[in-house]
Parts: sequence; C-alpha cells; structure tokens
Amino acid sequence: MFSTAMLGVAVGLTVPLVTRAIIDGPVTRHEIDLLLPLALLALGLSISEVLLVWARRWAQSRAVSDLEAALRNDLYIRLQALPMEFHSRWQSGQLLSRVTADLSTIRRFMGFGLLFLVINVLQLVVVTILLLRLYWPLGIVVLVAAAPIIVVSLKFEKKYLAISRRVQDQQGDLATRIEESAVGFRVIKAFGRREHVKQQFNGGAVKLYDTSVDKVRLASRFWTFLEVIPNLTLVIVLLLGALAVGREAITLGTLVAFITLMLSLIWPVESLGTILAMAQEAMTSADRISEILDTESTITDGPDELVNPRGHLRFEHVSFRFSPDSADVLRDINLDLPPGTTLALVGATGSGKTTLTSLVPRLYDVTGGRITIDGHDVRDLTLKSLRTAVASAFDDPTLFSMSARENITLGRPDASEADVQQALEIAQATFANDLPWGLDTRVGEQGMSLSGGQRQRLALARAVLARPAVLVLDDTLSALDVHTEALVEEALRNVLAATTGIVVAHRASTVMLADQVALLENGTITHVGTHAELLATVPAYRTLLAAEEEEVHA
Amino acid sequence: MTTTQQTPPQSSTDQPAAQQDSWRGYAEEGNDELSRATTVRLKEQSRKLLGELLRPYHKLIWLLVVIVVVENAARLAVPYLVHLGIDKGIPPILAGEGSKTLLTVVAAVFASALIQAAARWLFLMRSGRLGQTILLGLRRRVFDHFQRLSPSFHDKYTSGRVISRLTSDVDVIDEMLETGFDGLVTALLTLIGTSVLLLTLDVKLGLLALLSFPALFLLTAWFRRRSAIVYRRTREAVVLVIVHFVESMTGIRAVQAFRREPRNEEIFWGVNDKYREANLESFRINAIFMPSIKGVGNITIVAILAYGGWQAYHGHVTVGVLTAFLLYLRQFFEPLQDISQFYNTFLSASAALEKLSGVLNEKPDVAEPVQPAQPTKARGHLQLRNVQFSYVDGVAVLPGLELDVPAGQTLALVGTTGAGKTTIAKLVARFYDPTGGHVMLDGIDLRKLTEDDLRERVVMVTQENFLFTGTVADNIRFGKPDATMDEIVEAAKVIGAHDFIMALPDGYETPVAKRGSRLSAGQRQLVAFARAFLADPAVLILDEATSSLDIPSERLIQRALRTILDDRTAIVIAHRLSTVETADRVIVLEHGRIIEDGTPADLITTGGNYAGLHQAWEDSLA
Ligand SMILES: Nc1ncnc2c1ncn2[C@@H]1O[C@H](COP(=O)(O)OP(=O)(O)OP(=O)(O)O)[C@@H](O)[C@H]1O
Ligand SMILES: Nc1ncnc2c1ncn2[C@@H]1O[C@H](COP(=O)(O)OP(=O)(O)OP(=O)(O)O)[C@@H](O)[C@H]1O
Ligand SMILES: [Mg+2]
Ligand SMILES: [Mg+2]
Repeated sequence: MFSTAMLGVAVGLTVPLVTRAIIDGPVTRHEIDLLLPLALLALGLSISEVLLVWARRWAQSRAVSDLEAALRNDLYIRLQALPMEFHSRWQSGQLLSRVTADLSTIRRFMGFGLLFLVINVLQLVVVTILLLRLYWPLGIVVLVAAAPIIVVSLKFEKKYLAISRRVQDQQGDLATRIEESAVGFRVIKAFGRREHVKQQFNGGAVKLYDTSVDKVRLASRFWTFLEVIPNLTLVIVLLLGALAVGREAITLGTLVAFITLMLSLIWPVESLGTILAMAQEAMTSADRISEILDTESTITDGPDELVNPRGHLRFEHVSFRFSPDSADVLRDINLDLPPGTTLALVGATGSGKTTLTSLVPRLYDVTGGRITIDGHDVRDLTLKSLRTAVASAFDDPTLFSMSARENITLGRPDASEADVQQALEIAQATFANDLPWGLDTRVGEQGMSLSGGQRQRLALARAVLARPAVLVLDDTLSALDVHTEALVEEALRNVLAATTGIVVAHRASTVMLADQVALLENGTITHVGTHAELLATVPAYRTLLAAEEEEVHA
Repeated sequence: MTTTQQTPPQSSTDQPAAQQDSWRGYAEEGNDELSRATTVRLKEQSRKLLGELLRPYHKLIWLLVVIVVVENAARLAVPYLVHLGIDKGIPPILAGEGSKTLLTVVAAVFASALIQAAARWLFLMRSGRLGQTILLGLRRRVFDHFQRLSPSFHDKYTSGRVISRLTSDVDVIDEMLETGFDGLVTALLTLIGTSVLLLTLDVKLGLLALLSFPALFLLTAWFRRRSAIVYRRTREAVVLVIVHFVESMTGIRAVQAFRREPRNEEIFWGVNDKYREANLESFRINAIFMPSIKGVGNITIVAILAYGGWQAYHGHVTVGVLTAFLLYLRQFFEPLQDISQFYNTFLSASAALEKLSGVLNEKPDVAEPVQPAQPTKARGHLQLRNVQFSYVDGVAVLPGLELDVPAGQTLALVGTTGAGKTTIAKLVARFYDPTGGHVMLDGIDLRKLTEDDLRERVVMVTQENFLFTGTVADNIRFGKPDATMDEIVEAAKVIGAHDFIMALPDGYETPVAKRGSRLSAGQRQLVAFARAFLADPAVLILDEATSSLDIPSERLIQRALRTILDDRTAIVIAHRLSTVETADRVIVLEHGRIIEDGTPADLITTGGNYAGLHQAWEDSLA
C-alpha cells in the first residue's frame, strides 16, 4: 500500500520536471521536435499516477474497514467479559461513544489522514531536496522557513491533544444523558419533567459547545499560521529568484520550475494542519479505547470443569465489600446447602440478599472466605461450567428486545419445545403463547410490551428452563397477584425438590418453599432454622414477616 | 408497509431485512419506517431542515461568503502576481533598468499573503463557531422533540435508535461542519475564480481547460447518486450496532449469568459486519471517484502543456502566461482532490440529516391540544367514560371501562397480572389516548389539557422505577426540581428512606451509579416513592410502588400514605393487599373489565372475588 503511495508521489513530482523540460526545451530553445515526446511522457506519467492512487485506495479501503470492525468486535467482547463492578462504574454513554465515535475517528484517520500525513511529509522532504538541487540558495530559504512550522506544530500538538480529549469525554457524558433520557423516558413523562431534563441536556451540550469552540479557536490559529508561512517564503523566493535571474545565476526556466515546485508545497503544508488535528484526535480516541481493552477482567475462568454438578453449595466465612475502601456489606457468612435443599433468605430492604446471591455465579467475587459447589471453590471453575450450574431470576426481570422464545432460552439455547412449554407452565407464563406471534413475538425493549407480572414470569421461566443444579430466585414473585403466586409456588415446589435453591423472600408464603430459612441481619446470617422455629423464637424475624404489627407483641 | 400480521409472515420479504433474523422475533412494524419513504421526500425534508437550521444566521453566512471571496481573491492573486513578476519584473532587471517593478510586485504578493491569512483566520473562527452553534441548536431540537413524542413512538422506536440519532448522526453532521463547510465553499469559489482568470489570461487555453468541466460534472453526479444510497445504508447499519450494543450493556447481568456472550458476539458480529460492508462500499466509491478527479486534472494539465508549449513556440502566448496557466490549473485540481473528501462528508451528513428530519417530522400520537382548556384549580375528580383501548389492533385490553373517582378518593386496583391495571394508570397519565371514549379530569377531557397542566396534576410512580445517574438527592429532587434540601429530607423521612440514605457513605450526596445499581431493589423503590411524594400532585398513581419492600418498610409507607393520600385522589395498584386495605374503594379487574367495586370491608363480607384474594393473601402471611 505504502509502496504504491510512494510511487504515486514520485510520479506526481516528475510532472513539474517535465514541465520544465518543455519550457526550457521546445519553448525557449525552440526544439519543437521534443514537444510531442515530452507531452506523451507527461501523459503517461499522469495516467499511471491515477492508477496507482486508485490501486492504493482500493487496497486500503478493505484494510481500514476490516480494522475498524475488528476493533469494535474486540471492544464488545472485552466489555462483555468485564465484571459487573466495571459496568456499574462506567457510564453507558462513555462506553457507547468509544464503540462508535472513537472508532470512526480512528477509521477516518487510517483511511485518509495517515496516508496523507506520510505522503505530505514525504512530499515536503522530497520537494525540499529537489529545490535545494535546483538552486541551493533559494532552497536554503525554503528550508529555514520549515523551522517555525515544526516548532509551532509541536506546540499545537500538545494543546490539541488535551482539548480533543476533553471534547471526546464530554461527548461521552452527553451520550450518557441521551441514553438515560431515552431509557428513562417514561419516568420523565410521568413526572412531566421534560423541561428539567432538557435543561440538564442543555448544560452538557453547552459545555461541549464551549470546548468545541475552544478547539476551533486553537485550530484556526494554527491553520492560518500554516498558510502564512509558505506564502511569505514565496515572497522571498520570488524576490531573490528574480534577482538571481537578473544576475543570470539561474535560467528563467529554473525559476519557473522552482516556483512551480514550491507552490506544490503550499497545499501539503496547509492540509498538514487538518491532518495533524485528525491525528491528535485519533490518538486520544485510541487512548480512550485502550482504557477498556487494557482493563484486566478480575473475574476470569478457573482451571476446573464442573461435570454433572450435584449442587452442594457451601458458604465458608464469606465476606464481601464492593470496593476496597468501603465497609463490608457481608461478613462471615456460613451456610451449607446439601444437594436438593432449598434455603430461604430473609432480611430487611438493603440487608444484602441480592449481593449474597450474586456471589454464587461470580457476578462479584467474594473478598473473604470462599464459596464452594460440590467442594470446588467457585473461583476454580470455568465461568461456563459455573454459570451453567447456577441460574438466577433477578429482582428485576432483565428482558431483551428479542422474541419471547429467545429470552426464555437464554440459558439453554438448545431447549426443546416441550421443555419450553414445561417451563412456561411452571412459571404460569403460558400467556406468552397467546401473544400476537406466539413465542416469536418480540417482547419490546426491556420487555416493555408486557405487563409487570408477565415480565417477571418470563424471567422465572428462563431460570427454570436452564435446569440448573443451583437455582437462585431473588424475590421473583413480587409482581404477581396472590392467586398466580400460589400457582407458581405450587409448581416451583417440584422444581426445587430436584435442585439446590436459594429463595429470597419478603413474604411468608414464599418462605414456605424452603426447607430452611436464614435470617440476614447487619451483613451476616444471625439465625438459621425452619420458618416455624424462627417465627417462634426470633423477634426480628417476626417483625420482618408477620402480617400484623400487633402480632409481634401478642 | 406490512403491519399487524397476526401470523408470522410466510415469506421473509414482508419483513425488512433487520427483522429476518428469527431471534429478534416479530413485532408490529415501526422502527426505521422513516427511512423507507421515497427518496424525493426525504431529500426535500432534509433540505428544508437544513434551511431552517441556517436561516437564523443568514447575515453571518453572507459575511462569511464575503470573507471567503476576499480570501480566495487574495489566494488567486498570488500566481497572477508571480506571472507579472516573471513577465514584467525580470526583463527590466535583465536590461539593467533596476528592480522597481519587481519590488512592487513582491510587495503586492506580500500584501495578498497577509490579506489571505487574515481572511482565512476570520473565516475559520467564524464558520467554526457557527457550525458549533448550529450543531447545538440541532442537538437541542432533536432532543426536545424526542421528549415530546409519545410513549407509543418510543415503544416502537426503541432507545437505541434515539441514541444513535442523537450521537452518531449528529457526529456525522459535526464532521461536515468542522471540515466540509470550509472546504466546499473554498472549492466552489476557487472553481469559479480560476475559470474566469484562465479565460482572461488566454481565451484559447482557457476554453481548453474548461473542457474538463463536463467530465468533472458527470463524475460528481455519479458520485452523489451512489453515495446517497451508501450513506443511507451506513446510517441504518450503525443504528443496529448501537441498538444491540446498548441492550447488551444494559442487561449485562443477565448476559453474564446466562452465558449469553458467545451468541451475543455472533449477533454483534453480524450487525457490525453489515456496518463494515457499508463503510467499505463508501470507501470504494471514494477510491474510484478521487483518482478519477485527479485523472481529469492531470490530463487537462498535459493538454495545456502540449498545446501551450506549441503556442509559446509560435509566440502566441508568453512563457509567463503559460506558467501562470499551469500554476492555476494546479491550484484548481489539487484542492478538488480534497473537495471530493469534503463532499463526501457532506453527503454522509445529508444522509444523517434525512434521518433527523424524519424524526422531527414525527408528530406525537398524544397531541397537545390546539385550543387548550383553562383548568381551574385541580380537585382531582377522575372520570373514565366508556374507555376502550388496545395496544395491538384487534386485541382489546380495555373493552369499555366506566369509572368515576370522586376528588380525594383513594382507589385501589387489584386483579390478576395482565388484567390491564397498569394500562388504566397509563391512560390516566395520558401516556396513550384511549381508542374510544374519554378520560376526564375535573370534567375536562385529557386531550384538552396541555401537557404541563396535566403533569402538574397527575403523577405516576411506574412499575419499573428508573433512577438517573446522579446523587440520591438529585433523584428525589426529580419530583420537584426547585425543592430545597430540607424538603428532600422531609420527603425521605415521611416514606422511611431517611435512615438508609444517611447510612450511605455520603448520605444524600451518594451517587446512585448507573440506573441506581448502587442501591438495592427496595432502596430504589423508596427513592422513587420519595420523589413522587415530593411532586405533590392532585392525582397520584402508585403502580406496584411497594412490591420490593420488606414488610416493616411497607407498613411504614402505608401509615404515611394514610396522611399523604388523605386530601388527594389516588390510584393504588398493588398485589399486596395490606396497601389496598387502606383504600376507600377497591375495584377488581379481570380482562379489562370491572368485576367488583366497593369498599374493602364490603367486598370481603359479600364474599366475591376480592374476598377470595383477601383470604389467599391472609394465608400467605405468617
Ligand atoms: N454496587 C454497589 N456498590 C456499593 N454498595 C452497594 C452496591 N450495590 C448494593 N450496595 C449496597 O449494599 C447493600 C445490600 O444491597 P442488596 O441489593 O444486596 O440488598 P437486598 O438485601 O437485596 O435488598 P432488597 O430487599 O431491597 O433487594 C445495600 O445497602 C446497598 O446500598
Ligand atoms: N406496550 C404494550 N404493547 C403491547 N401490549 C401491551 C403493552 N403493554 C401491556 N400490554 C399488554 O396489555 C395487557 C395488560 O397489561 P397491563 O400492564 O395493563 O397489566 P397489569 O394489570 O398492570 O398487570 P401486572 O399486574 O402484571 O402489572 C397485558 O396482556 C400486556 O401483555
Ligand atoms: Mg435485592
Ligand atoms: Mg402492571
């Protein structure tokens, strides 16, 4: 690619020389016979230049678009592998702007900028050498003129780098606002906060505007400078050159060729400004992208496979904190769930139930102690086998805008129709068959075209269908009416009999699904026992689950 | 367009390409519908939008044009002056008559260089700022328009598309404004200026040079036609990338827990590859276009060289004229190269503009009234008169609902899941307009109320409580943007969120992180509740607002509700009947029909459906 580029430049440069030959030969010295061959030579050169440019661009287009797509794919793969901790820390818009805007910036630079940069610099060097050879005193003038350009370019580069990074970050912030305003649209609507959100968006947009204008200001100064210098040099060259012709130090033809060549420098120098700016932006974009690509995933595969898991789940002195400098959310948790048993986890709002359950499939890693399945520390297992063995229905049903079937079979793509139907039965989610296109109906973004209870039941069906060794149900019946809830519980009883289960519950009826109940208080398990035992002996438990306040005292 | 098929289409041709992948499932048509209209209309729309965007600045734009003319005049003067210097300045020196002419010419070149620089600087500054101003205006406008459109639009359009319109599309326009504008204007002027100069320098040579114009014109026309198609495709392809990306990142927890990664990668690779192909094609069109322009330029130069050399040989033109000619041609064709680059960004921006104008032309289904009613002070009397509603044609969710809620009443809606409770709430909050009948507040049809009037009176806590990036206080303040910190704390105290908030590392100033993931499900619900409480509307709708709370927290809220709801109309939707028991009236809903209606106590004694529910609920408790 580069060789065709070089060849192109070389050919482009010989044309002025042929011009000189024509002016000096046929015109000045009246050697008309040379006109035709020289003209044909020029024509041949010109056409080959075009062909070379075409060939180079053609090859380049594939390389560049492949590179962009591959980078985007890498980013996506990396992001999917990065743990929850990363994702709750990073703004969604910042991720998005890296995958779209930053990659296009790089593509643009690779597609046009980089080559022009190389070509331009090359052209500058070659032309300067030619100029020196044509008539060195004038060549020196041109060479001297290059000094301020280099100095200013370097200064500009540093400033521009900082400012384009700021623009990109602000674009990411704005993208976050946009994303939230789109996803949270219904809340904004429900509260009639259009103006408020608009103000916030305006704030971000105006900030971006200000920075962009700063960028424009910086670039304008630089670009103007790049245009002034060659023109001023031309003034000097013209003056000195004419005098030299006067002294007959050079021929008129040489001066013409010299000036022609020099003028061919103006455009490369001028466009150097734009290209350098492009290069800076591509550099900051690359930085932003490598911030993600270089993030080490803290939750990675262990060496062991879990074959035919029985689902013996143990928590051994488990403690957990979200960040190293915060307090423990969970501490010294000890639980033993032999295969087939079900544990109900009861605790106040915010006591850490969800956190505890998300440690099992390693959405987070324990910060102390260990969790084992069938005797294997979960960190020693491959993520695939661990997450096949453990399935969860979360406290918010995360659905995707895919067909209902695809949503249900998320954890087990090869499930048969009968399996799907059975899971739907258990979750009381057979309504899905009655959707306009049955199970092939798209459920809308985040399942928005379903009712709250319907969403929850689909999420439940999904967990059940995965046939896990360990089933985690995190308050998954909260959006169901009592009758439906009773039906689901009845069906779940059979499922839970066959697997190890953790059921997070706020209601006694759900607790009844379990063999044992663990009470989570102040970040640790304070009591374990059957529902009846705890109800009778633990006042805190009674407060959490009793129907009437009075009963506590009764 | 294909709409509302009730069976999966037999031939995939009924469905737009994006929907052929079976995993996406079928949905009612909508989506990028906008792009499918005829090209002519699209072009017209986007041109109109461009006009609207530029109109406020037409004075500045004229000024810019003047500046550019000056700049280019100065720029073009340089080769002409060089020609003067060589033709008129050097002979006197050779003849030993001094260098006065030469010095004058050199001074003139110097002057034009300075003028050119000044004009260029002014132009870059001014046009750069103008571009950013236009962009800011465009961003605001599209953002606001999206917020004005109705939920039914957003249901179909999806957030990923909204995001890509406001990021990727706007970015493309930004790129044009940053580079394209300048280049395009300069190019056009250079084109005109140079042709005039060429003709004045030497008519014959000039005409010969102008022969290249038809070729350039044809090339450009071809390029424009092809690019328009490709760039439209690019815009559509990038949307799919963004949609899929946003969704996988939003649902990352489920993705990881259910090992969805490999499948997602496959899908992402698919959409990413489509985008790549579109990009590749636009690259390729450029790869043909740009060298061709250069080719035309080269051939013209050679022709001039040959013919001009011949003419000079015969003394018909001077060497100076020939030199100037060649210089001008160079100046003419060199930028043309890069113009094609600028033109390229311009065409790409046009495609984006088409998309944006498509969005801006969408009208909200739930329209603002032309002649809004002047509501008196809100009392909160709700009436639903024979209200019919369906999301999908032919599947009625509410077949005909009659409901009268006197001001100040607390009404509980219960019923099996999917019965239509949330739907009623959404109709009262005017997320949708009923397909038949009327929803009225204080005797005024909601369709006659302005959005502001309505939102001031009716506030809904939705089943899915969404928190925004920001602090806990920010999120509560969302209910009332001008609330003081004291009011916020007060609201949190009333609904029992104060304690947990104070336990957070920075109290009310703790950031809740993306979507509130820093908080537990129950905590999120409390914050959402506090913000509704702070909004203090005449009609409050609570849709499953306490479903994730533990019983003590719920009880606390219930007690608070008794005072909060005392003087206002409320619709409470709950499966936990403890909340319902505090209501003045209960309605049991089944398949969108009211099957029972009365006070909680009455309904229990008459022993119907509600009594059954109540019994089951009692049994479910310890
Ligand atoms: N990403 C996080 N970073 C820091 N703290 C967190 C994060 N997520 C949750 N917490 C805190 O950890 C505690 C436990 O949260 P968790 O979601 O486990 O509660 P929970 O028992 O599931 O409550 P609920 O019944 O409301 O769902 C809460 O006090 C919460 O504020
Ligand atoms: N945006 C939508 N598009 C299409 N159908 C919808 C949409 N929203 C709801 N539905 C359907 O309308 C019916 C009523 O839904 P609605 O949300 O009103 O139920 P609900 O009574 O609130 O149930 P839940 O107690 O589960 O929240 C359901 O069958 C649901 O699938
Ligand atoms: Mg939870
Ligand atoms: Mg609902």
